[in-house]
Amino acid sequence: MTHTPVFRRLPGPDREKVVLTVDGHPIEALKGDSVAAAVLAAGVVSTRTTPVSGSARAPYCLMGVCFECLMDIDGEPNSQACMTLVRDGMVVRSQAGERLPAGQPRGGA
Amino acid sequence: MPPSAMPAIAAPYDLAVIGAGPAGMAATLSACELGLRVALIDEQHQPGGQIYRAAGASPLADVALLGPDYRRGRELVAALRACGAACDYYASAAVWQVTPSLEIGFSAGGRSRLLRASAIVAATGAMERPMPIPGWTLPGVMTAGAGQIAMKSAGFVPVGPVVLAGSGPLLFLVAWQYLNAGVTSIAVVETTPVGNHARALRHLPRALRAASYLRKGVTLIAALAKAGVPIRRGAQDLRVLPDESGRVGRLQYRIGSRLLTDPCNLLLLHQGVVPNTQLTRSLDCAHAWDEGQRCWRPVTDKWGASSLDGLWVAGDGAGIGGALAAESQGRLAALDAARSLGRLTPDRRDEMASAPRRQLSRNLAIRPFLDALYAPAPDFLAPPDETVVCRCEEVTAGDIRRFVAAGCTGPNQLKIFSRCGMGPCQGRSCGLTAGEIIAAARGVPVPEAGYYRIRAPLKPVTLGQLSDLSMEAD
Repeated sequence: MTHTPVFRRLPGPDREKVVLTVDGHPIEALKGDSVAAAVLAAGVVSTRTTPVSGSARAPYCLMGVCFECLMDIDGEPNSQACMTLVRDGMVVRSQAGERLPAGQPRGGA
Repeated sequence: MPPSAMPAIAAPYDLAVIGAGPAGMAATLSACELGLRVALIDEQHQPGGQIYRAAGASPLADVALLGPDYRRGRELVAALRACGAACDYYASAAVWQVTPSLEIGFSAGGRSRLLRASAIVAATGAMERPMPIPGWTLPGVMTAGAGQIAMKSAGFVPVGPVVLAGSGPLLFLVAWQYLNAGVTSIAVVETTPVGNHARALRHLPRALRAASYLRKGVTLIAALAKAGVPIRRGAQDLRVLPDESGRVGRLQYRIGSRLLTDPCNLLLLHQGVVPNTQLTRSLDCAHAWDEGQRCWRPVTDKWGASSLDGLWVAGDGAGIGGALAAESQGRLAALDAARSLGRLTPDRRDEMASAPRRQLSRNLAIRPFLDALYAPAPDFLAPPDETVVCRCEEVTAGDIRRFVAAGCTGPNQLKIFSRCGMGPCQGRSCGLTAGEIIAAARGVPVPEAGYYRIRAPLKPVTLGQLSDLSMEAD
């Protein structure tokens, strides 16, 4: 689900354009953007739901402290979207509830 | 010092600096000047920390809109680049453990590595003090620092109406930067308690030693007023109301007996910054409660030396002093570390310390005034029952008060009662609030309630990465 984007971009020096997909939808960003910033500017409402109540969350601190922006990035769940830079062809997915590390069967913990 | 290269980790470094903000950059520069072999490890992709985020390669055409102070960051980053081979710079590197024998484990580029140093300067900086209000977990609510990071690192400013709510200099600075950037719909909702002004006044004479800070603040607020940015003072009972899509829609608050709401597409919360003590906590360093800044800080001597041999703490991570103070502290810590390694005589160290010590004292002169003026209101330290305190495990203030009634005496017991502080953020977002609520409910001072015990890994690291690590070490 999308809404009015949170951010717009101010003019700046030329940077390479990249396209990533977020939950299957292509979004444009510039090289050097974090995944979290790119997602907010694309108008994505939430990036995960919580394991406890399933409530919707989105990036909060953008500096690696709050862990609200955990997403599945290129198959690696629980990646901090604010600490990961966009890359052309990157596949990003929002997370629903609890996520286990890639390849780990549920119930093992 | 190419940021992407990963030098082979062989002989121990003389000094490892953790964090490339003003304190970490200054410590690195001093250590390089003294001929030490230095490793600088930083979580971000570029040096600068949060205050000078992206200072070396700004995405903004007009960097001046961030204000004149940001320029200092560019100078530091340029000086750091000039260190060349004297310093191994590990960028995008998340430190997940430091051992008491000064071994550092970190992950970068999907791999984990170990590094050893004879001395460590921890320059882990500040983070936002949590500002728990009902609805603060809704998408579209962020910290004021996050708003600023988006601007500095990606050139992003808010699209729709933005409300900045809370207390502290950063609130006005971000509003002013947005104004410079042409953002048209800005409102500031200030929660600073009215009584703070009188309490701050007695610190004014000392603050006049750092009059440039006062002038800056007055100028910012005057510019906002002149541009017609509404500043609503004395706001209480803040509550975030969702829109139909389930994200932030409005901020509701009360001023006196009037109930007000401001529509917003982005709500930025702020009530000051506090030291990020996860690293020093995980090392069991002594920490003390700072009543003036209402936060914990590692106990350090006048050089920044912590209670652990070989570990210095510099910058806001040792107590909030701001970017310029952090720089001086970084230099002092590096000098003392060099002395401890036998690379400087104590006399020479003292001589070299005189300039940074003078600067430090001048820049810290403003702090008691700012601390008193922007002391958080009690309601936001220990919020109403319905408020989520632990964002990860969704434990509310009311839950915590019930656990206290059932015999819970401190944050560590609280973990067992509720999992509060045990989610992915490891208590960073709730630790101070949990301590405040428990202390208030028990009727004891915060230090008596205590703080979470923090354990490695400080950042998530997969078992796969750890197993690669052990093979590498064999």
